[in-house]
Amino acid sequence: MCGIVGLFIKDKSLEPQLGALLTDMLVTMTDRGPDSAGIAIYGGQSENGAKLTLQSDNPEVDFASLAEDLGKAIDASVTGRIIDTHIVLSLPADKIAQARLTLPDLRPSVKFMSTGETMEIYKEVGLPKDVAARFELSGMSGSHGIGHTRMATESAVTTLGAHPFSTGLDQCLVHNGSLSNHNSLRRKLRREGIQIETENDTEVGAAYLTWKMQTGSSLGEALESSLTDLDGFFTFVVGTKDGFGVVRDPIACKPAVMAETDQYVAFGSEYRALVNLPGIEGARVWEPEPATVYFWNH
Amino acid sequence: MQTFDLEVRGLRALNETLHAQAGNTNQTVWEVINAKGSHAIAVGLDAPIEVNVKGSTGYYCAGMNSQATVHVHGSAGPGVAENMMSGTVIIEGDASQYAGATGHGGLLVIKGNASSRCGISMKGIDIVVHGNIGHMSAFMAQSGNLVVLGNAGDALGDSLYEARLFVRGSVKSLGADCIEKEMRPEHIEILRDLLERADADARPEEFKRYGSARKLYNFDVDNAAAY
Repeated sequence: MCGIVGLFIKDKSLEPQLGALLTDMLVTMTDRGPDSAGIAIYGGQSENGAKLTLQSDNPEVDFASLAEDLGKAIDASVTGRIIDTHIVLSLPADKIAQARLTLPDLRPSVKFMSTGETMEIYKEVGLPKDVAARFELSGMSGSHGIGHTRMATESAVTTLGAHPFSTGLDQCLVHNGSLSNHNSLRRKLRREGIQIETENDTEVGAAYLTWKMQTGSSLGEALESSLTDLDGFFTFVVGTKDGFGVVRDPIACKPAVMAETDQYVAFGSEYRALVNLPGIEGARVWEPEPATVYFWNH
Repeated sequence: MQTFDLEVRGLRALNETLHAQAGNTNQTVWEVINAKGSHAIAVGLDAPIEVNVKGSTGYYCAGMNSQATVHVHGSAGPGVAENMMSGTVIIEGDASQYAGATGHGGLLVIKGNASSRCGISMKGIDIVVHGNIGHMSAFMAQSGNLVVLGNAGDALGDSLYEARLFVRGSVKSLGADCIEKEMRPEHIEILRDLLERADADARPEEFKRYGSARKLYNFDVDNAAAY
C-alpha cells in the first residue's frame, strides 16, 4: 500500500492555502503509509534563478555556512533557507550542474532532494502528521503540489526511500505499487550512466523517466513507454513545473480518484483524501482509466 | 427514520447498531450522514432494513449484505457489496473496482459506471450497471446475471463459468472462453425483470448475451495456450 495526494490549483486565490489543503489530504492517507512521508511543492521563483533542495541527518553541522562555502566554490551568489533537516539553496540556474558536482566534496553526508526553478521536495521517515509539522507544510503556498505516504514493501524505510523522487529540473515522481523488474532495469540504467543511489524500486522508475527524457522523450512519451518497460503495479503521479500527470498500469489495482472543480484538480488514492476540499460536493469525481496518461497544465 | 452521524459516533457504533436490528425491528429506515469516504460502512447487515448513506463511501461498503437495502447517494469505493448474500444495494454514482465480487445473491444496481473487475467470481448475484464497466469484469463468474447498459472494457468474462452477461453497448474484447450467445425468449424475460427492478430505461431486445464456451472447465492439455 501507499497513499498519494495531489492538488493543482486553477484559481489563484486558493494558492496561499495549498500547503494547508495538501497537509490535510496527506494526513488522511496515514493508514495507507505510516512509515514516511514527503511532498513536492511548486512555490515561488528562486531569487537567484534556481533552487537546490538538500537533506542532512546532521543539519546543524552540514548546513552551517553551506551557502557561503558553495558560493565560493562555484563562484556564484548562493543563499540558503534551512527548514528542519532540509536546506533550500538559491543559486543561478547555470550553476546547478557545477554545484551538484562540488557538493559531495564540500558536505559528503548531504543528500540531494531536488532541483528546479519553483519545486522543493521535503521528505522524512515518520508519521505524515509529524513530517508535515517538521517542515511546516501547512503554511506553504504554491500553484500545485504532490504528497506521498509510504508503506515500504521493496526496500528499507529511509529518507532516500521516501517519495517524491526527483526526475529532473522541476520534475518529480510518486508511486503506489511495486515494480518487479527494478533490479534488471537498475543494472541497465547504471550502464547507461544514470546515477541510482538506493535499492528502492520507485527510484528506478524515476531514473527510467529521467533517462527517457535525456534521450529525447517528452515526459508524456516517457510515461507512455513506462507502460511497456516497467513490469509491476503502479499508479504514478508526476509533477512538472506547470502541472501534473497521472498514469496507472494496465491492471490498475492500485486505487486512484480524481476530482475537478473550477478552482482545482485533485488526486487521491482514496476519496477520503478529498472530502475536505472546498466545493467537493459539486466536483466532478472520477477514476482515471488504466494505461492512460493524463496531464493538467497551467 | 433514524439518523446516524458517522463523524460523531464512528464506524464501529454504526455497524453494531445496524447489526442489532432483528428481523422484526420497528426501526426500518436509517440515514447515515457524513460518510466522507469511510471504509466498511453498513457491512454484514442481516435484517430487512433500509439504510440510506448520504455521500460517497470508501472500501467495502455493504459487504456480505443479507436482506437489507443499502442505498448510497454518492459513489462507492472498491469492493462495494462484496460477497453479498441477498437484499439490494443501489449506488447513485460510480463504483470503483471489483463491485459485487463473489456475490452469492441479491441485486446490485450501479447508476453510474463501474470500473475494473466488476462481478469478478460472482456466484449468483445480479448486477445491473447503467453506465460502462472496466476491464476483466465477470472474471471466473460462476452464476448470476451481469447487465450493462453501456460498454464493457477488455477481457469481459475471462474464464467464465455459468454467469450470464448482457451488454447493450460495445465490448472492447472478450476474455478467454467467453463467446457471444443466442438471446432466447427466457433470456429476454430475465433481462426485462432485472431492468425493471433496477429502474433502467432500456429494452431487453437491445442487448447481446455473452456466456461460457465451456472449453476451459477442466484442464485439457490441448487448451494449454488458452489458459
